[in-house]
Amino acid sequence: MQAKMKPAARIYTGLIFLFLFAPILILLVFSFNEAKSLSVFSEFSFKWYRELLRDSETLTALKNTLVLAISASVISTIMGTGAAVGINKLRNKAVKAMYDSVTNIPMMNPDIITGISLMLMFVFVGQLFGMATSLSFWTMLIAHITFCLPYVILQVLPKLQQMDPALPEAAMDLGCTPLRAFLLVEIPEILPGVITGFLMAFTLSLDDFVISYFTQGNGFQTLPIRIYNMTKKTVTPKMYALATLIFFAILALLILTNLADSGEEQPKKPRKPRRHKKIEEETT
Amino acid sequence: MRSRNVRSQNALAHKLARAPYGAWAALFILVPLIFVAYYAFTDSSMHFTLENITKFFTARSTVTADDGTQQEVRTYMVIFWRSVRLAVISTVICLIMGYPIAYIIARASARVQKIAITLIMIPMWMNFLIRTYAWMTVLQDTGILNNFLRLLGLGSIHIIGTESAVVIGMVYDYFPYMILPIYSVLAKLDPKLLEAAQDLGCSSFATLRRVVFPLSLPGVVSGITMVLIPSISTFYISQKLGNGKFFLIGDAIEGQYVANNLHFAAAIAFILMVILLIAMAFMRRFTDSRVQGGV
Repeated sequence: MQAKMKPAARIYTGLIFLFLFAPILILLVFSFNEAKSLSVFSEFSFKWYRELLRDSETLTALKNTLVLAISASVISTIMGTGAAVGINKLRNKAVKAMYDSVTNIPMMNPDIITGISLMLMFVFVGQLFGMATSLSFWTMLIAHITFCLPYVILQVLPKLQQMDPALPEAAMDLGCTPLRAFLLVEIPEILPGVITGFLMAFTLSLDDFVISYFTQGNGFQTLPIRIYNMTKKTVTPKMYALATLIFFAILALLILTNLADSGEEQPKKPRKPRRHKKIEEETT
Repeated sequence: MRSRNVRSQNALAHKLARAPYGAWAALFILVPLIFVAYYAFTDSSMHFTLENITKFFTARSTVTADDGTQQEVRTYMVIFWRSVRLAVISTVICLIMGYPIAYIIARASARVQKIAITLIMIPMWMNFLIRTYAWMTVLQDTGILNNFLRLLGLGSIHIIGTESAVVIGMVYDYFPYMILPIYSVLAKLDPKLLEAAQDLGCSSFATLRRVVFPLSLPGVVSGITMVLIPSISTFYISQKLGNGKFFLIGDAIEGQYVANNLHFAAAIAFILMVILLIAMAFMRRFTDSRVQGGV
């Protein structure tokens, strides 16, 4: 499906991208506004960025978000990869179908239901133990691991299915223990899926508001919750400065992953000839 | 003997590999859903009751219309149908706007495709609270849109706090979720199919209608679910862009949660979940027969 874009298609594409980016560009521009106004630009200044850096509540929220996202994504990647390996070997179709449908639940359910359902359980268990509130960092971590797990599993499972089952067997025939065969043969084969799963889990956790909102407690605030609390009152361009920084962080991340992708594709070709060359050098 | 031993060890290892997730999924995916049902059907002293469910269908309140007339309505029925209506409108707009762009991108060169898809994903990675708030400042009476219109001498429009503003927010927030699945199906379409259709005398519109669109239905269906479900259950967009005047079902759940009426919040969530399950089963059946019939 390749063709030169027709003018109408170009104009339409332009309009769609204008629609997608205009609101973000407006945030970007007004984050540098000297005045407090969000619609009249007075003068260029970094005032709101300085304010942001002095806002300890937001900085704590940023730290909390990172701690939570790293913990949730590491745990869900390990548990999810194990689950994918185990589920892939299931012979019993009914059990496999059960795993599949349970894994689909957090992805199909609206976030608000996932959040409410976990909150109800946490509250119930908390009351059982006579706690005033059971909601804390830990309940949020459990919630984040829960909604990240399916995404990790769905990234790793196809890689396992694509892998030649003879590979680990060959390794074992050549004297590897099953564990060594898994670590040295299977893991490298499925690694791209594991990494994508990890990155998805990490970004989902960073970005989540709804589920975090219902499972938050004890003053533990993530960045999205902090933004929510900021926008409850009248917003100053400080929130815009924060949005701008987030935008550039995302942009940098995307450019980096794209560079890594294309960097991965290119050296693959010359790698082989280089090895041949070495062999030739050795033989001559 | 030895290989058999290794095999049973292997089976044990695989069992151990999936066991933590199995336990986790049971405890934190399934049990919480049971708690939704449990809270929905109990009162605050944990006795069985149907009151929460019937309240959703029968609770009445008086609303004052814009012209000052008062009217008694079924509170949550109004909220429910409003949610359905706004979510469906937003989904249809996303589909109408998103299908052509997915098609255009899928037909572009590989390089353009990659850049375009990355660009579409950037707003998706911005938090939806920020995206929604950005529209709030654009649409305000003294906002950028109205300043711009006034500059052009076109007067001003009042849009913030209307249902249109809520729809704009939903469309903007979930638009990429419509484009991406449709694009990924269209990008994989075999170009030979299009050539064959044209060789057999299809006009380019007929090719689109009779070949491309039926084949892209799986992408369209997942696009629709990915826009419909978050829009029907949202609560931030309606609060910010509708000025809290247009309560949606998500607002109702959130409001009951904030008011600490957990049992009624659970009942609304339970009803929403059941309705979505029925809708999804219905949609799956419909598309299965359509996809089979189309190919």
